[in-house]
Amino acid sequence: MGEAAKDVIVLDHVSKRYGDFVAVHDANFSIAHGEFFAMLGPSGCGKTTTLKMIAGFEQPSAGRVMLDGVDVSDVPPYKRNVNTVFQQYALFPHMSVFDNVAFGPRSKKIDESKLKTSVMEMLEIVRLSEFAHRKPSQLSGGQQQRVALARALVNYPSALLLDEPLAALDLKLREAMQIELKRIQREVEISFIFVTHDQGEALTMSDRIAVMSQGHVEQIGTPQEIYRSPSSLFVAGFIGSANLLPGTVKSHDGDNVVVTLQAGPTVRVTGNFSSCAIGEKVSVMLRPECMKPSSDVGVSGQGLNGVLTDMVFQGATARMIVSLPDGSEVTCLADSSARMPDAQVGSNISISWGADGGYVLAGWPGKAGSTSTDVDHIESTL
Amino acid sequence: MTETVVRHNRIARNADRVGLGAMIVASVCLVALGTRWVSGPMVSVIVLVLILDLVGVLVLAARGGPEARRLLAPYGLLKPGMLWLALFFLAPVWSLIRISLSTKESRFSVNYDFNWAFENYSKAFSDFGAQFQRAFLYAAIATVLTIAIGYPLAYVIAFRGGKYKNILLGLVVIPFFTSYLIRTIAWSTILADRGIVVSAMNAVGLQTVLEWMHIMDNGKLLNTPAAVIGGLTYNFLPFMLLPIYVSLEKIDVNLVNAAGDLYSNASRAFRKIVVPLSIPGVFAGTLLTFIPAAGDFVNAQFLGNPNTTMIGNSIQDQFLKQNNYPVASAMSAVLMVSIATLVLLYTRIFGTEDLA
Repeated sequence: MGEAAKDVIVLDHVSKRYGDFVAVHDANFSIAHGEFFAMLGPSGCGKTTTLKMIAGFEQPSAGRVMLDGVDVSDVPPYKRNVNTVFQQYALFPHMSVFDNVAFGPRSKKIDESKLKTSVMEMLEIVRLSEFAHRKPSQLSGGQQQRVALARALVNYPSALLLDEPLAALDLKLREAMQIELKRIQREVEISFIFVTHDQGEALTMSDRIAVMSQGHVEQIGTPQEIYRSPSSLFVAGFIGSANLLPGTVKSHDGDNVVVTLQAGPTVRVTGNFSSCAIGEKVSVMLRPECMKPSSDVGVSGQGLNGVLTDMVFQGATARMIVSLPDGSEVTCLADSSARMPDAQVGSNISISWGADGGYVLAGWPGKAGSTSTDVDHIESTL
Repeated sequence: MTETVVRHNRIARNADRVGLGAMIVASVCLVALGTRWVSGPMVSVIVLVLILDLVGVLVLAARGGPEARRLLAPYGLLKPGMLWLALFFLAPVWSLIRISLSTKESRFSVNYDFNWAFENYSKAFSDFGAQFQRAFLYAAIATVLTIAIGYPLAYVIAFRGGKYKNILLGLVVIPFFTSYLIRTIAWSTILADRGIVVSAMNAVGLQTVLEWMHIMDNGKLLNTPAAVIGGLTYNFLPFMLLPIYVSLEKIDVNLVNAAGDLYSNASRAFRKIVVPLSIPGVFAGTLLTFIPAAGDFVNAQFLGNPNTTMIGNSIQDQFLKQNNYPVASAMSAVLMVSIATLVLLYTRIFGTEDLA
């Protein structure tokens, strides 16, 4: 992404150890100017530590942090041109909204008249002009969040770091703030680096996502890349929901791999795993929405037969749980307008998918045919 | 019958006024008894009024229904404290002021004639002006010193204490489990002329420096103003340290990080964030230290000399040794009023309502 000259932040083989514990292992990536970059992972995966190393609150044990092409690994936070929006906002309770936002410029000794215009401008952007003289405690959660944003952005940093900025807000407000954040980011054209454990948030807002797990960067890519072609079982399970069916490689066929599933059938799937050896243990990832259920049992080729064990109507879609012959279960999201008169709980059903509906990944999941949607589950299976 | 019900309801509806009235009447009765405004058969009358007052409110609460009880509740909760104050604060203060304006019949008399004897006050000022000045000066210096010592200590415990926080706080507080008097007398042993500190100072030749700083006087550490101020500082340190610790402990470390993130170095972050947010603690600590220190007599008695007596010593002397209640009362009244004035001024200037 972008030429080296345009990279605002470069992490050059950065690691962080606390005694024997490795918090971040060999993080090596760069973030381009104006990019909305998310670091995503379950709690304890090292994403916040990475953010703190960029901000300067932590020093890397190995590697370098480059900011605008300069090595800042040993530069204290107050000398780095990045600003942070803290998880609980960390607004100064004894200062008005105006004084909070003016804190950075005042530290930089910008004269009061110039500062006033830029502060008011920034309050305008976050739509809080009329609250300039309130104390933070007199504002709602969403407003406090926007003060925190304005306080950081008024300094026009090279990059803005956001540590779970929406975690403290309720669902409705969070969705509104996601759109608001995107709008503000487009308006100020500053790189946003955003730490979250919420995959939905990351998919919605980011240009690129780095998925982290246990201190390792598992995959970096656009939301589409990460969703469609995850690099590991962990990523597949963490982003969205996925059916992961264990199997073994039977043969290669050009870009495709032929896999014999434990559930019975042999399927042909895509994936950048063409170098795998015959007989290797692999998993086939099937996204619930990529599968088409049908009541015609005995579909040949790309499909599975099973028994419909549960069906939940969800408005636009219907969630169907299909039990396979070997006992594992597959979740499938069907268009609820598609008529399936025979589809009743307990009836036989077949599910099929298109040419690139399945994706092959190395290794077997912890639990056969697991459908993983939540963090706790992932952590318990790891 | 109907008429009594209506009347009853009217009382019940105005139960809050009844409660307030009853509380005031009871307080006045207690003050009257405590200050001996009344004598002879009138005492029984007042006691009777007091009993009727208390019983009346209880009856109203029992019979007046839930609405009356709801209206009476705040006064019910307020009353024990109010009556306590009436008997043990208002009545004594009244007596104090009355005696401060009285004259004794003779040197050895225990009777006082109230005759607006303002000469007691002029005597208090003319004879004990120096003690007043010293009391406020010493208390002020001791307060500043407790801030100077207590603030950094509280800061380190609050921000760097980690898991040792409670142990460190315990180490500060544990010496104060010993009696105030014993600790002060212990200092007089430590600072004694042949004690270890003085000989150590002489041995390393620090004596000249300390003499120059007016801490030592003619080779003595004990019985100097410095010893009195040092004793006050030592004895009141926890009262400064603990409120400061509480207010520092409440500060979110992320606020300091945020200041750093916003281009402030450590010193600016301290001045702009930590200090303003810990002011309420310093404020509370100052009140807890200055007020008792200004009236203290123990430190001056054990660590001072006749030229370091504070107003507390003079009051004690006048009350207990000279038996001169009128002048002692006048001094107490002046001390009370001047401390109250200083505290009010201080609150006006440094008041931190919006932070509390």
